[in-house]
Amino acid sequence: MADKLAGRLAVRSPEMQYKVLIVDDSKLARMVMASAFRRIRPDWTLVETANADDALVAVSGGVVDIALIDFNMPGIDGLELAASIRKTHPAMPVAVVSANVQNEIIGRARELNAGFIPKPLTDEALAAFLSGAVLRLKKAAP
Amino acid sequence: MKVDPGELTEIEQDALAEIANMGVSRAASSLRQMVGEQVLLSVPSVRIVTREAAAILVERNNPKRLVAVQQSFEGPFAGRALLIFPEAQSLELVRSIVGDEHSLEDIIDLEQEALAETGNIILNGCLATIANVLHRTMRMSLPSVVRGDGAALFEVDGAASRAQFVLFLYIDFNIKKCDVHGFIALLMDLPSIAALKAIVHDFISAIEKQQSGHVG
Repeated sequence: MADKLAGRLAVRSPEMQYKVLIVDDSKLARMVMASAFRRIRPDWTLVETANADDALVAVSGGVVDIALIDFNMPGIDGLELAASIRKTHPAMPVAVVSANVQNEIIGRARELNAGFIPKPLTDEALAAFLSGAVLRLKKAAP
Repeated sequence: MKVDPGELTEIEQDALAEIANMGVSRAASSLRQMVGEQVLLSVPSVRIVTREAAAILVERNNPKRLVAVQQSFEGPFAGRALLIFPEAQSLELVRSIVGDEHSLEDIIDLEQEALAETGNIILNGCLATIANVLHRTMRMSLPSVVRGDGAALFEVDGAASRAQFVLFLYIDFNIKKCDVHGFIALLMDLPSIAALKAIVHDFISAIEKQQSGHVG
């Protein structure tokens, strides 16, 4: 009974809002991602960067909760960036977002404990990753 | 009689067309998701031709001004993948991807950018699927946008490159509602063709083994 009530209260309580870093050299890809967020998680804050260097600055600023990273970028690629973020933020939910659906790329993302979201982006794939990310963040900071 | 070093046997041709078809089907479903419209595909065609002949093939039934997003790939075999359509349809394609809510100025601003990202998604999906099917890994470059006729797209410059044999694989696609059509082409040089043939043989013998496994 008490459990049921607690469950109901949890559902009613306002959802936490998180800050998501979107890293993609393509402006169009960032627009597509932002429009998916407007449908799925309209209250969350988005930070956009077009390259890995700016992304690392944003992450070290300490305000980013979740990172979504394009793979194929000039300079440091998405997997290298995810690996750098892992060193300082072992628990941050990170996903590599790419149309490069090679088993090898998906496997390397897994090794970094990062998700993989295929392009073209769908609301379903993004929502599924974000739900998992929210659970992990709640567990880490109850 | 001189035998063309890059000649393909019937089974090789068949296997390549089938593998290409898997890659391009993935590309078509990506495109369909992006434009929200049905995308029709032709039967894939695989040929070993000169660069010049390939350039003429893409210009057939098309206006001379073409735009292409190209990406080079390397791994066990190397080459270039191109998403090609008539330049006059480029804005229409971009509009169908970014949606009607954007003004014409926005679409013109976004054109290059949108073409590159669209090409990136479509060609990556296609190449990655082919790599997975063949159990190989390929590296892909960043996308770039090229404009010009068939010769410009396939880097036909000078007699040497004109006569150079390439593996030319292409599929027409047609976006039904907005009447945008184009094609996806893969271009590989002869050393790559030999490497690809070896991999295709592995692929064929794996299938044969599976079949005999089923019987036994």
